[in-house]
Amino acid sequence: MNLRNIAVVYRKELKDSLRDRRTVISMIVVPIFLMPVLTIFVGVLSARLIGRAMLEVPSVMIIGGEDSPQILAALHALQDIQVVPATPDYGQQIIDKKIRAAVELPPDFDVLIAHGDTARVRIDMYQGEINSGFGADKLQKFFRDFRERTIRQRLEARHLPGNLAEPLLVEETNVAPPEKVGGVVLGGLVPYFVIILALTGTMYPAMDLTVGEKERGTIETILCSPISRMNLVLGKFLMVLTASLSTAALAVASMGVTLAAASKMVGGLSQISTMGLQFQMTPRSVIWVFAMIVPLAVLFSAALLAISLFAKSFKEAQSYLSPLTIVVIAPAVVSILPGVELNARLSLVPILNTSLVCKEIVSGTYHWGYIALIFVSSCVYAAVALWVAIRLFQREDVLFRI
Amino acid sequence: MIVAENLGKEFRDKDRGVIRAVGNLSFCCHPGQIYGLLGANGAGKTTTLRMLATILTPTSGTASVAGFDIRQEPEKARQNLGFLSTATALYGRLTALEMVEYFGCLHGLDRASARRRTLALFERLDISAFLDRRCEALSTGLKQRVSIARTLVHDPPVMIFDEPTSGLDVISARTMVDFIRECRASGKTVVFSTHVMSEAEKLCDTIGIIHDGRLLAEGSLQELRACYGHADLEEIFMRVVGG
Repeated sequence: MNLRNIAVVYRKELKDSLRDRRTVISMIVVPIFLMPVLTIFVGVLSARLIGRAMLEVPSVMIIGGEDSPQILAALHALQDIQVVPATPDYGQQIIDKKIRAAVELPPDFDVLIAHGDTARVRIDMYQGEINSGFGADKLQKFFRDFRERTIRQRLEARHLPGNLAEPLLVEETNVAPPEKVGGVVLGGLVPYFVIILALTGTMYPAMDLTVGEKERGTIETILCSPISRMNLVLGKFLMVLTASLSTAALAVASMGVTLAAASKMVGGLSQISTMGLQFQMTPRSVIWVFAMIVPLAVLFSAALLAISLFAKSFKEAQSYLSPLTIVVIAPAVVSILPGVELNARLSLVPILNTSLVCKEIVSGTYHWGYIALIFVSSCVYAAVALWVAIRLFQREDVLFRI
Repeated sequence: MIVAENLGKEFRDKDRGVIRAVGNLSFCCHPGQIYGLLGANGAGKTTTLRMLATILTPTSGTASVAGFDIRQEPEKARQNLGFLSTATALYGRLTALEMVEYFGCLHGLDRASARRRTLALFERLDISAFLDRRCEALSTGLKQRVSIARTLVHDPPVMIFDEPTSGLDVISARTMVDFIRECRASGKTVVFSTHVMSEAEKLCDTIGIIHDGRLLAEGSLQELRACYGHADLEEIFMRVVGG
């Protein structure tokens, strides 16, 4: 191994790649702007949709209740719903989004309440449809208040204390600090994005430095220079690794900044702040996530270099690498699923192990045993991939596979 | 000096089985001489020259380049040769200066020496005005001159040219022919392949006629004329290959 020659190749490849627009886009532009753009886009879009739904006065039908003027009057008096005349096809109208919800009152509702009996009310809504949900929520709130008021009146009528119907109060308190709660909820997304970007940042340079050389006819030019093929592949590998790591580093940094900014922005919203989603990546977690990504980036760089070298053309290389994206995305997605926890067996599954441990790190939990196991196993996989890449560079049938 | 001894190369093909591209090829080229491998397309010229340049490994026999065995010391052999073919393209995103400097560094020169030699070569080849232009933006003729500078940056004693004028216009081809002559004049060992008879007639001290991977005839133009009783090299070639 000749470090000087490796450095010569690395410098040249770096210079060459940084002059290539496609490499610069995948290596620098995408990781910097993807997360902020996604956050802003998704944030603005969801805020608009939710805001619009919250401001809307939902159209609601009251089915039945003709014999109960009191409850009808109370419902009609509500300011935040609009009662529309009832029709028999109210269910279809909810599905067609013409009305948001319907409330079905039983016969003699007022009489049942007055006599201390139970009246069964049904609220019809379109589950999963946000506007219908808000409409149903308003009706729910009305009937919840109505029920509490009725209980109080019935207890007072019997000269009983108001808290009789409340033998106990259950309070649920979150003891986890906000960053841990946020880490559990959002932490899985960070490694997911970083891993995907570490892969995509590698793709184009890996193809450009191998099959690109074949296509442009420079492979023979470089092979007739005195540099050994091992030094050549190591120089190229370092360049691809640089692309992968810089993509990952920029993605981590960009996410850190975006999440910090997003956390400040959403902090004012009471609904979200009570959920404890004040999620931030600490500098320590940023460093450790990056450290765990390094062996994975080595694995990606070496594997993609080997696969791209094997291809005859850019098109063929793309057809090999595209399915690889799914192979990488699948374990990254699994790590986001609730209930998938890090254990010794999963620590040996490439990609999934890194994704899971990063999720833990982001939420502030450091399992040092697993971290060591994952780091070592990832290094072994990366070394095997690099060995394969070096071996392929020695094979004439691969280099001149035309 | 180049000495090829029973050089052979076989390829394995999924459909056609083992294909012999070159078999038992032996020849010798001394410093200050041009040895021309003359053959039709697919005769084995490129495979032979790629083996000499250590881009391909022989399956039998061996050769030495400037005293270094291509099997035992391929890197030292490459250190002592300049290889130029139509397949040896330039890195389009590098400038002409960076391209030649890069190869100077790969041949062991430090950056300052590589730059000095590159600038001197550009001056000699009359391309100093284009040194900061990216190779992808150069004309075919300029690209060819940059390629020449690339092969000469480490001042190798051995030059190998694989069909160097293929695809070039008359002026560019003339530049290349003059350059090959200059190499001989400066005492370099030159091996080149061609299927153009006139080029071989003009340039070669020794001509080797290669067909189906085997060397069928060898000698100076005069010797070949005397041996086959024809003045025209094309006639001699056709008689040798049995056409």
